[in-house]
Amino acid sequence: MMEFAPVRAVWRRELALYRRYWASTSFAAMTEPTIYLLAFGYGFGSVVGALYGYDYKDFVATGVVATAVLFIGAFGGMFNTFIRRTFQHTYDAMLAAPVDVRELVTAEASWLAVKAGVYGCAPMLVGVAFGLEPSWGMLLVPFIGFLTGLVFALFGVWVSAIVPSINTFDYVITGALTPMFMVAGTFFPVTQLPAWVAAAAQVNPLYHCVELVRGAVFGRLGLDDLGHLGVLSACAVLMWALAVWKMRARLID
Amino acid sequence: MPIVASMDAIVLHGVTKRYPDVTAVDGLDLEVPEGICLGLLGPNGAGKSTTMRLLTAQSLADEGEIRVMGLRLPQQSKQARALMGVVPQLDNLDEELTARENLEVFAHLYRVPRQERRAAVDRALALAQLTDRAATRTVNLSGGMRRRLLIARGLVHQPRLVLLDEPTVGLDPQVRQELWSLIVRLREEGVTTLMSTHYIEEAERLADDCALMSHGRIVARGSPEELVKEHAGAEVAEHYASQERQAEIAALAAEAGVPTRRTGPSISLLKSEQLPRSLEEALGPPNVRRPATLEDVFVVLTGEAVE
Repeated sequence: MMEFAPVRAVWRRELALYRRYWASTSFAAMTEPTIYLLAFGYGFGSVVGALYGYDYKDFVATGVVATAVLFIGAFGGMFNTFIRRTFQHTYDAMLAAPVDVRELVTAEASWLAVKAGVYGCAPMLVGVAFGLEPSWGMLLVPFIGFLTGLVFALFGVWVSAIVPSINTFDYVITGALTPMFMVAGTFFPVTQLPAWVAAAAQVNPLYHCVELVRGAVFGRLGLDDLGHLGVLSACAVLMWALAVWKMRARLID
Repeated sequence: MPIVASMDAIVLHGVTKRYPDVTAVDGLDLEVPEGICLGLLGPNGAGKSTTMRLLTAQSLADEGEIRVMGLRLPQQSKQARALMGVVPQLDNLDEELTARENLEVFAHLYRVPRQERRAAVDRALALAQLTDRAATRTVNLSGGMRRRLLIARGLVHQPRLVLLDEPTVGLDPQVRQELWSLIVRLREEGVTTLMSTHYIEEAERLADDCALMSHGRIVARGSPEELVKEHAGAEVAEHYASQERQAEIAALAAEAGVPTRRTGPSISLLKSEQLPRSLEEALGPPNVRRPATLEDVFVVLTGEAVE
């Protein structure tokens, strides 16, 4: 039986650690999208101007929400989990207490997802400061960020449990995360890409995140967004199963 | 008439754990009655740490039966873990967190009720003699303080059963002595303790009962005194001699059925009070006569060669 108490206890540890590093995390979360917006929004935007009726920097501000969510979720899932499992042996200590692997995985991933949901809003807020029009739909963005963050955090945990060493992450970052990051409609619409790449974007969770974020922020959510939500939810369930399976194999012998 | 069955806190029956290249635990039978401190002695690689991991179901046995506090493992391992405190051999404290925060996290993990949490953490800090250092980040604590914190972390929920895996490995004699007092206090409070160690003195001083482990199974069990009496006798005779002469003495002793062990420049004949007259004459008077120790038993039963 999956219980809530252990999940909360693991969160409690994350909270204690977060008190140590909140300043640096928050600085990075606000500064990075500002740089993107200045560089792409103004630099590129002065050439592009408008895109499908959006001001280009509004397009980028919403796109960068997704990339922030991707990096917080996936990097946290990969590096934190790997370091805690192999170098710090934190998970060995926790699993000697009444905590199961699936509770541990759920807690670690959901914490990262909350962070992704919260810090994912930073680019949007920076965008507002640069002239993006506030809307009620923006209130949905943290939830979209949470769900997407959950997918990528669980992906990261799964990957952390199958790589032989921390260096192997290079393959994952360059081979999987970078293409996902580019082919998701973050900086340019996927419809501009060759047909096969556009088709590949359909199986990229980040693409569905970008669509939902734009739908929410620009107030044009429709029935097709249920599809996006469905894909993200399915990915979360699949990644959870994979992450728990491989982490159990690594932690319980 | 009420029947008070004295329960075993830990029961392992025919437990085997195989890894691809080694059988770490090989048909292990072990019972630990409630309230005692059992010293699990054995050389490195004897299977002590694997046994500890089996008891928290962090290792799953290939064969055999394991019960902890009457609960069946691995099916009821979560309930069992809630009743146990585990002190690992490897320091896995959160270095970024303070001493207090480390204990708070485990008070949550062990589900100490909210209204008792603060008192539980304070008590654990006092136990580790770290009340003054509660707000110090763990990375800034000394080695001895860290080890005390590690032990206190496993005791924050006042478990009735504690697993100590090599509690003093790599520590100064002074620090070791401090930890021993802590373990003695546990026993006085009636907490069942399973302590693995390869320090003979530690087992001699702390354990009510010792189990000697070798190649994944228990080769001898009893109180330190009983073990010494049974396997090493009352007295040991040491003969200082060249390597060649030592080999001759060993051969003569083996012929007479007297256990021996090498002790550096000398060879020790155990149970020397039982030496046959003929052998005694052949060897001449020993250089040293000394009481037999648990170390003699350890070496004789677990082998002289380090694997």
